Amino acid sequence: MPCEITGPQVCLHKRYCTGLTIGFLVALVNQSLVSADIVNADKAMGRSRKYKIIFSPQKFYSCELVLEEEGIYGDVTCDEWAFYLLPLDDDLLSMELPEFFRDYFLEGDQRWISTIARALQLLNSLFGPFANTYGIGRCAKMVYEVWRELVEESEGDSHARRPEISHVFLMDRDVDYVTALCSQVVYEGLVDDTFRIKCGSVDFGPDVTSSDRSFKVLLNAQDKVFSEIRNEHFSNVFGFLSQKARNLQTQYDRRRGMDIKQMKNFVSQELKGLKQEHRLLSLHIGACESIMKKKTKQDFQELLKTEHSLLEGFDIRESTSYIEEHIDRQVSPSESLRLMCLLSVTENGLIPKDYRSLKTQYLQSYGPEHLLTFHNLKRIGLLTEQAPGETLTAVESKVSKLVTDRAAGKLTDAFNSLARKSNFRGISKKLGLIPRVDGEYNLKVPRDMAYVFSGAYIPLSCKIIEQVLERKGWLGLEEVVRLLNGNEFAPTEPVMEENPAWEAQRVILAVFLGGCTFSEISALRFLGKEKGYKFIFLTTAITSSARLMDAMLEAKV
Amino acid sequence: MGFIAGLGLAEGMALELTGKEERVIALRSLTSPLVCLLCCRKFELYSMAWNLKEDLRDCLVAAAPYGGPIALMKNNFRKEKSPGSRPLLEIYSASGVPLASVLWKSGQVVQLGWTASEDLLCIQEDGTVLIYNLFCEFKRHFSMGNEVLQNHVREAKVFHTEYGTGVAILTGAHRFSLTTNIDDLKLRRMPEVPGLQKLPSCWAVLSQDRVTIILLAVGQDLYLLDNTSCSVVTPPGISPHAGAYVQMAVSFNYCYLALFTDTGSIWMGTSSLKEKLGEFSCDFRTPPRQMVWCTRPRSKQRAVVAAWDRRLLVAGKSKECIQFILDEDSYLVPELDGVRIFSRTTHEFLHEIPEASEEIFKIASMAPGALLLEAQREYEKQSQKADEYLREIKDQNLLAEAVRQCIEAAGYEHEPETQKSLLRAASFGKCFLDKFPPESFVRTCRDLRVLNAIRDYQIGIPLTFAQYKQLTIEVLLDRLVLRRLYPLAIKICEYLRLSEFQGVSRILAHWACYKVQQKDKSDEEVAHAINQKLGDTPGISYSEIAARAYDCGRTELAIKVLEYEPRSGEQVPLLLKMKKSQLALNKAIESGDTDLVYTVVLHLKNELNRGTFFMTLQKQPVALSLYRQFCKHQELETLKDLYNQDDDHQELGNFHVHSSYSSEKRIEGRVAALQNAVDEYYKAKNEFAAKATEDQIKLLRMQRRLQDELDKPYVDYSLHDTVYGLILDGNHKRAEQLYRDFRIPDKRFWWLKIGALAEREDWEEMEKFSKSKKSPVGYLPFVEICMKHHNRHEAKKYAARVTPEQRVKAHILVRELDQAADAAIEHKNENEMNLVLSKCTAATDSSVVEKINRAKAQILKK
Repeated sequence: MPCEITGPQVCLHKRYCTGLTIGFLVALVNQSLVSADIVNADKAMGRSRKYKIIFSPQKFYSCELVLEEEGIYGDVTCDEWAFYLLPLDDDLLSMELPEFFRDYFLEGDQRWISTIARALQLLNSLFGPFANTYGIGRCAKMVYEVWRELVEESEGDSHARRPEISHVFLMDRDVDYVTALCSQVVYEGLVDDTFRIKCGSVDFGPDVTSSDRSFKVLLNAQDKVFSEIRNEHFSNVFGFLSQKARNLQTQYDRRRGMDIKQMKNFVSQELKGLKQEHRLLSLHIGACESIMKKKTKQDFQELLKTEHSLLEGFDIRESTSYIEEHIDRQVSPSESLRLMCLLSVTENGLIPKDYRSLKTQYLQSYGPEHLLTFHNLKRIGLLTEQAPGETLTAVESKVSKLVTDRAAGKLTDAFNSLARKSNFRGISKKLGLIPRVDGEYNLKVPRDMAYVFSGAYIPLSCKIIEQVLERKGWLGLEEVVRLLNGNEFAPTEPVMEENPAWEAQRVILAVFLGGCTFSEISALRFLGKEKGYKFIFLTTAITSSARLMDAMLEAKV
Repeated sequence: MGFIAGLGLAEGMALELTGKEERVIALRSLTSPLVCLLCCRKFELYSMAWNLKEDLRDCLVAAAPYGGPIALMKNNFRKEKSPGSRPLLEIYSASGVPLASVLWKSGQVVQLGWTASEDLLCIQEDGTVLIYNLFCEFKRHFSMGNEVLQNHVREAKVFHTEYGTGVAILTGAHRFSLTTNIDDLKLRRMPEVPGLQKLPSCWAVLSQDRVTIILLAVGQDLYLLDNTSCSVVTPPGISPHAGAYVQMAVSFNYCYLALFTDTGSIWMGTSSLKEKLGEFSCDFRTPPRQMVWCTRPRSKQRAVVAAWDRRLLVAGKSKECIQFILDEDSYLVPELDGVRIFSRTTHEFLHEIPEASEEIFKIASMAPGALLLEAQREYEKQSQKADEYLREIKDQNLLAEAVRQCIEAAGYEHEPETQKSLLRAASFGKCFLDKFPPESFVRTCRDLRVLNAIRDYQIGIPLTFAQYKQLTIEVLLDRLVLRRLYPLAIKICEYLRLSEFQGVSRILAHWACYKVQQKDKSDEEVAHAINQKLGDTPGISYSEIAARAYDCGRTELAIKVLEYEPRSGEQVPLLLKMKKSQLALNKAIESGDTDLVYTVVLHLKNELNRGTFFMTLQKQPVALSLYRQFCKHQELETLKDLYNQDDDHQELGNFHVHSSYSSEKRIEGRVAALQNAVDEYYKAKNEFAAKATEDQIKLLRMQRRLQDELDKPYVDYSLHDTVYGLILDGNHKRAEQLYRDFRIPDKRFWWLKIGALAEREDWEEMEKFSKSKKSPVGYLPFVEICMKHHNRHEAKKYAARVTPEQRVKAHILVRELDQAADAAIEHKNENEMNLVLSKCTAATDSSVVEKINRAKAQILKK
C-alpha cells in the first residue's frame, strides 16, 4: 500500500475493508482518515471528530456493511480513490494488492477480478487496443472475460489507433508455484529476499550503511548503479561493483592536472553525479556484503543444492531428510515450509509417510496452530499428499525392511518416478526446463533464462510466455496445457504485424495474477533483450517465496 | 374562417372579413390612420369531432391549459335526476376526438381539474380526490382531510403554481382548505373569515411571492386569506357605488385581477390590489358565467373576456369593448397568450394580435414587413412592382427588420398557408441581405412544422408558438408519450435531431413500458416485439421495462424482458424484487460484481430461513466463499453453523482449533475447544489432525502442570521449545519424560538437547550425554555447537569422535588445520585438501600448505 496502515488495530480491519488505505491528513487534524476501530476507540474516550475513509481502489458493499455493523456508518464519510496501478519502475506496474493471492487462491474470493479487469481496461484505453491477448489460468480467464465486457461497453470512444501494446499475456500464480518457491539469486531478487523491497523502495539497515542510520533507497531504473546489476546473477555483482568503484576513482582522479577552468567545469557538472553514484555504490556494496554474510555460508550452498536436486528430481530421499533436519533444528519456519512446498509441488505431493512425519516435526517445532497452516497449504495445492495407489508405499515399506535406509530411499525414488505421472516433471521434460549442463554454466554470459537460478532451471512461467509468443498461440503445447489444468486462451484470429519494423519492437504486457517475483522479471527482461521484445509487467503485487508462505500462515495474533 | 376585430377611437367599430390577404389590400386603400387601442382576433382551431348530447352547461367541464385534453362529466348535482343513474366521465382531445370514457362509480363529483402532468383530478363531495390518467385509468387517490369529509365540499378549484398542481376547497362550513402540491400532500386549513355565514359570492386562488392566498368576496367586502390571518381589502380606485362583487378572475400568471360587480362594472388591476389598470362598465347586470383574462407575455395590452349564455365581451382599458354573439354554450380556457373558447361545434382561439402581425396585416400598413409581403407577392406575379416595394424598404434601410417581422409573424399564424406566405416573404427578403443570421428562420420553420403536426385534428394539441416555447420540446414529447403517440414523438425527435438518449430511446422505452401492459398478447409475443423494436438502442434499459411489466403483475414477462438486458448487474435488483432470488444470485455471479453478490446474499439471508439459505449457498461456490469471507470477520458463529450445515467436519475442526488459541483464554476452555476439534477431525477421517490435536491437549495439560510446579511460563510454547526450556533449566528428567511421551525423534532430541546444554554451558552434562549412547546425529553437531559458544576446548574432544568422512570439516572448525590436512591427505581427497588450503593464511600456516601441496603433487604423480 502506498500509504502505511496506521496502528495495529486498523490492520485487523484491513482484511474485510480490504484495500482500505488509511493515513492521517496532517494538515487537517480533524479530518483524519481512520477506520471503524479508531472511531469507536475515540468514541469510547468521548472524543468527537470528523472522519473520512478513503477506500482504494474501490469501495465494496461489504465495507459499508462493516461500518454499519460497527455502528459508525453515520459518523464517517466515505470516498473512493480509483487507484489501480502504481508504477514501480519504467516497466513495472503493481496493483499493490498483496491480499489478492490469499483472497482468490485460498478463499475463492473473486472480488478483485473486476478490479483487475478495470486496471486492464485503463491500460487498454491509454495505450490503444491490445492486439493479441493470451492467457492461462482460471482467474486469468475470468479477468479476460470481464475485461472484454468492459471493452464492449466503452466501445465507440476508442478510435482505431495503432496498438502500442501488441501482446498481452495473463497468467495465474498457481500455474507456476515452483518458480516462486525457489531461492532467488539474481541481485534484485536477492535484495528482496533479504531486505524485502516495499513499493519499490528498500530500507537498508545500519549493517548495510555502515553507520548508525538506516537509509530508504528507491530501487528502479533511475538508480544508475542498481539498474546495471539488478538483473545480474549475484556471483557477478561483486566483481561489477569493484570495477565500478575503480572507474569512479579514475574519474575522480582526473581532477589532478586540471587547470582552474577545467576544475570549475568538473565541479559544476560532473561532481554531483559522481558523488551521487558514489553514495549509491557504497550502499550497494554494503548490501552485497550483508547478503554475502548471510548467503555465502555453507548452509546456503546446501540449501541451493537441495533446491536444485528437487527441481531435477534427484536424491529426493536425501532432500527430504535435509528438510527434516531443517525443521528439527528450527532454522526458519517459513524456509522449512517453503522447502516442504517445493518438494510437494515438484513431486506432485508428498508420499504419505513423509507427509505425516514432516508435518508432525513441524508442529513440534513451531506449535499446533500450524495445523491450520497445513490445511491452507493443502487447499491451495502447495503441500499435498500423494493419492494412495499412485505410490508404491507398500512396496517401499517392504523394501525398506530389507535394505538400508539410504538404499531404500533411492529405490523409492526410482519406483515413484516410474509409477507416478508427476505434472511438474512432465512439464519440465516437455519444455526442457532443466538445461543440459555440459561443463560450467557461464553466469557472466547467460545463454538462457536459467541464469536467474544459477543455470539450474528455466522459470516455468517465463518459459510458457516465451513458447506462446514464439508459436503465436498454444498450438503444439497441448500436452503442457493439459498438465497445467487447461484454462488457456488465445485470440481467435491473431492480429499479425504487417510491418516488420513493428515486429522488431513488440511491446508485451505480462500480467501476473497473484504476484510475480523479481527473478521472473529478470528472466523476461533477459528474454526481451534476446528477442527484441519490450516487456511491461503488471502484477497484483511483487511476491517472493516468503510472501507466499506468509500469506498461508495461520499464526497467533 | 378567420376574422379580425379592431377597436379604435376613430372608427369604434368591429371589422369582419373573410380572407386576410384581401383584407390587407382592402384596408390599405383607407387613408385615415387607424389608432388601435385594443386589437384582438378570434379564429377557429377545430370544428369539434365530438357529438355531445348534453349542453355544456349541464356538465362538469375541465380543459387542461396548453391545448390539453377536455374532461366532461354530466353533472347530476345540478340537475338532480334519478340518483341511481351513474354519470359518464369522458375525455376528449382539444379537437373533440374521444380519448376514453368510463362509467363513474365513485361518489358525487364537485369539480374536475387537470394537473400539470395532464392527470385528471376528480374532487368528490367527501373531499376525496381521485386521480385518473388521460385514458380514464385510475392512478391513485388522496383525501383533503377530516374537516372536509365532515362538512362536504361546496366548491373547489384546481390551480397551478411553481410548486405544482394545487387544490383549494371551500367546505360547507365556509372554511377553506388547500394544498399547493398534490404530489407532496400538505394540507393547509385557512383561517376563518369572521362573521361569514353564507358561501362567498365568488373567490379565487392567488399566488404572490411564492405564497398561496385566497381572495374572496362577500357582498361588497373583499377578504384576503393567507396562512395565518384574514384581512379586509379594498381595490384602489373603485367607485363607492360599484356594488357587490359577483365574479372575479385572476390572470394566467397571477399578476392581474378583474372584479365584476352587480352594477355591471368591471374593475381591473394588479392582483396585489395596489394598482388599478382600468374600469369598464357594461350594460349587463347579471354575473357572467365565466370571466377570464386575455393577456400575452411581454405585452402592455390586457383584456378581460366575460362570457354570458349568448354573449362574449372583450373589455380593455378603453371605454369601448368588443362583443361577440355566441350561438351556443361556450366554455373559456385561459391560456398563456390568449383564451380558448369551445362549444359543442367549434373550438376557437381569441388572442391579442401580436405586434408583428398587426404591423403586417393592419389596414394600410406601411410597415416594412407588410411591404415585403407585398413585394414577394408581386414578384411571384412577375410584376415590376416587386422592385418598387423592395426599393421602398431598402431606402429606409429596414429590410432586416422586414424579414424579422415576417418570420415572427409566421410563428403567430395558425393557418399553414399564411405561415408559408410569410416565410416565403422572409426568404425572399433575405436574398437581398448580406449577413442575415439564418438561425431564426430555420428555427421558426422547424418549430412550425412540429406545431402544425401536433395541431393536426387527429392529434388535437392546439399549441401556439408562445405556449410551445414555454412548454419546451421535452415536455411536449412527454405529453405525446402520455397520449401514446409514440410514432409521432419519434418522428419529431428524428426531425429535430435530438440525441438518441434524450429522444428516441426514451420514447421507445415508454412504448415498451406501455406494450408490456397489453394483456391480450402472450408473454413471448410481447417480449419478442419489444426486443425487435428496441434492439440494442443505446440508452434503453430493459430492466426498467421489466420493472413495469412486473408492476402490471406479469412476472414471467418481466423475466423474459430482463433476458435482453445486457448488463447482468441491472437485472439483479428487479429479480430480487420479484422474489426470484435464485435467479438473481445467478445473474449477480454472472456479472462478476461481488458487491451485487453480497447484496443478493444478504437479501437471501433475510428472506430465507437459515437452512434454505445455506442450501442455496451450497449450490453457488462463489457466493458461498464470499459469504464465508464475510462471516470470518463479522460472524464467526454463523461460520460454524455454515460448516455444520454441510457436515464439513474438517473445517469445523479447524474452527475449534482456531478458537482454542484466539478466543479462549482459560486452559480448560482451550482444552475443551481442542477436544471438540478432535471429535470433528475423527468424523472427517483426518486421523493425523486428530492425533496432532490430541497431542496438543496432552501438551497443554503437561505445560500447565509444569507451570504450576516450576512456576515458570510454559503454556503456549511448542513441544520443541518446551523441552528446550526444560533442559535449559536443568530439568532433564522431565525433558526425558516429554521425549518419551511425545515420541520425539532421536535426532531432534539430540539436537535440541545439545543446543540447550551448550546455551546452559553445561559441558559436563553434554559430555555425559554424548556418551549415553551412540549419537544419532553424529558428533559434528557437538563440535559446531561448542564452537558456536566459543568453547574450543570442548569442541576438540568431539572433533576426535566424528566419523572419518567429517573429520576434515571438524578439524577445520576447531581450527586444527594441520590435523585437517592430515585427514585430507589420508583420504586422498583433493576437494578436502583444497578446502583446507582455502582456510590457510600464508603467514601462519605455511607448513600446512607445504604439506598439502606435497601430497597433491604425489597424487598427481600417480
